[in-house]
Amino acid sequence: MGGILEGKRILVAGVTMDTSLGFAVAKVAQDQGAQVIITNFGRALSITRRIAKRLPVEPAVIELDVTNEEHLAGLADSLRAHVDGLDGVVHSIAFAPQEALGGNFLNTSYADAATAFHVSAYSLKGLAMAALPLMKEGGSIVGLTFDASVAWPAYDWMGVAKAGLESCARYLARDLGPKGIRVNLVSAGYTKTIAAGGIPGIERVENVWSERAPLGWNPTDSDATGRACVALLSDFFPKTTGEIVHVDGGYHAMGA
Amino acid sequence: MATTEEIRTGLAEIVNEVAGIPTEDIQLDKSFTDDLDVDSLSMVEVVVAAEEKFSVKIPDDEVKNLKTVGDAVAYIERSQG
Repeated sequence: MGGILEGKRILVAGVTMDTSLGFAVAKVAQDQGAQVIITNFGRALSITRRIAKRLPVEPAVIELDVTNEEHLAGLADSLRAHVDGLDGVVHSIAFAPQEALGGNFLNTSYADAATAFHVSAYSLKGLAMAALPLMKEGGSIVGLTFDASVAWPAYDWMGVAKAGLESCARYLARDLGPKGIRVNLVSAGYTKTIAAGGIPGIERVENVWSERAPLGWNPTDSDATGRACVALLSDFFPKTTGEIVHVDGGYHAMGA
Repeated sequence: MATTEEIRTGLAEIVNEVAGIPTEDIQLDKSFTDDLDVDSLSMVEVVVAAEEKFSVKIPDDEVKNLKTVGDAVAYIERSQG
């Protein structure tokens, strides 16, 4: 039986550990028949190369720092060594300096806030444009956000950057729509990734999440998030773009 | 079953490969951060490599308890047993 991504070629940017949301997307995408390529950068790249072996099929690993214009300019050529086109791109990239997180909101410098914006929001545009030469009508770009319509404990300037990401996705949907390329986000519930582990105090949302989400929520299970991303990458959402799909057990819809 | 010394030697090879620290410095009483200067990112890679090498699972929550080389060796030993 063929999967919903049979024959599709998917780039997943931002996989560090097997707990990374990008890893969950890559795994489900492979299970659904896709050829997957993953990226990371800097020192974390060697972790990614080890972790790649834990996927059902070991994918090609490409170095991509989304703040490096040369990396972005060379991405299409790096990809062409492995695939002759791309059907989907997953943006699973976020970073904020420690000074921009964990309750230091009022004292964060512009430089630190700007870094968070560059890596976590502007990069969706950079990645989309870098991949565009390989994409054609029917292509799908999916990013990951953490509900930026409200303020969270500890999330601070990362939350402001996510608000930027959510807006960036809508503008990209506007400008890539005429090319037949969709841009959507999955707003995932709190998940215990290595990235979340770098935000001191964010774990305060863990208990309230599982209590409030009507479907329940397991912060160590990212399969639901991976599956939603794969659904958006597939041909089953052909007229959906500029959308944010919540995969949070229903938490966002509850007042208390 | 690997002995304590075999695990220490194997772990020392990993720490050497990941962080470039001479294997002879990687002794049971050494702290990863204070004595060996292994930062959190390198520690993640050490853990991933150790999981592969020793066929064990070291959960993220457990990693912060592994302060010394001896802690890590003991954890791997218990997990294998």
